[in-house]
Amino acid sequence: MKRFYPFFVLVTLALLSYAFYQGMFAAPTEATMGDVQRIFYYHLPHAWVAFLLFFANFLASIWYLVRRTERADALALASAEVGVVFCTVVLVTGPLWARPVWGIWWTWDARLTSTLVLWLIYVSYLVLRRFATGAQTQVLAAALAIFGFLDVPIVYLSIRYFRTQHPQPVIGGGEGSGLDPRMWIAVLWNLAGFLAFALLLVRLRYRLALAENALEAAHADRALGNLEQMPPPRASTQAGESPESHSALKLGNEPR
Amino acid sequence: MKFLYLAYIATWTIHGLYLLYLRGRYQRLREERKELEKP
Repeated sequence: MKRFYPFFVLVTLALLSYAFYQGMFAAPTEATMGDVQRIFYYHLPHAWVAFLLFFANFLASIWYLVRRTERADALALASAEVGVVFCTVVLVTGPLWARPVWGIWWTWDARLTSTLVLWLIYVSYLVLRRFATGAQTQVLAAALAIFGFLDVPIVYLSIRYFRTQHPQPVIGGGEGSGLDPRMWIAVLWNLAGFLAFALLLVRLRYRLALAENALEAAHADRALGNLEQMPPPRASTQAGESPESHSALKLGNEPR
Repeated sequence: MKFLYLAYIATWTIHGLYLLYLRGRYQRLREERKELEKP
């Protein structure tokens, strides 16, 4: 795996470079919107990859609730964090495309609003994981992730069931929808490039989460070791005081 | 074209910032490991 990783990094860089060439130069210019439509080759693959990452987070959260393994929890965290990064790109490139085409940066239609809600759900998931303390944090986060994932099909179906400013589905839509085959090629190359890039990021974040857990465990072991090395409390000479009450006071606890 | 370039630049800025954030976390992890190894 260690020897495969640098090779995978090179393949990802090559894929992203070729995908850039496809999106910027090889794909034909769209008749109505002109060159600004090329934002599509970054916007759409980022949305699809974000959905995939949130799906991975959903599966890992179920896995964690069933098995309570550290790996499942680390995978859930990594996929959610990278998913938020990709969803951020969608929310930034969308308005940059909307402004010259629609004349507005943002509108509260079903697709845009549900995407923003999706982003907020996963940001709150990360905030919960970062700042909550206690043994139940991972369980609560997994439960939030499972319910949060319900927004993904809502985002996907929003342009099919609601009248929106966002265009109706171009891919898998009704009659008259569809893409020029050369545009499809550019979409698929960009999808492959950003999917590979997302896998690299998830791997980096996953290993970081496991390493941080191991470090935390080592810190706890060391603290326990130090505590065991401490000399035992002296027996009290005063009447009515037990050695237990002494040690409890030393630790800063009130004896109950 | 201005918006197209802005979108591509924004995309890679977001990814770049995330990579920097990960690098910072890895650096802090290495420092904490070194600290832990000290007797």
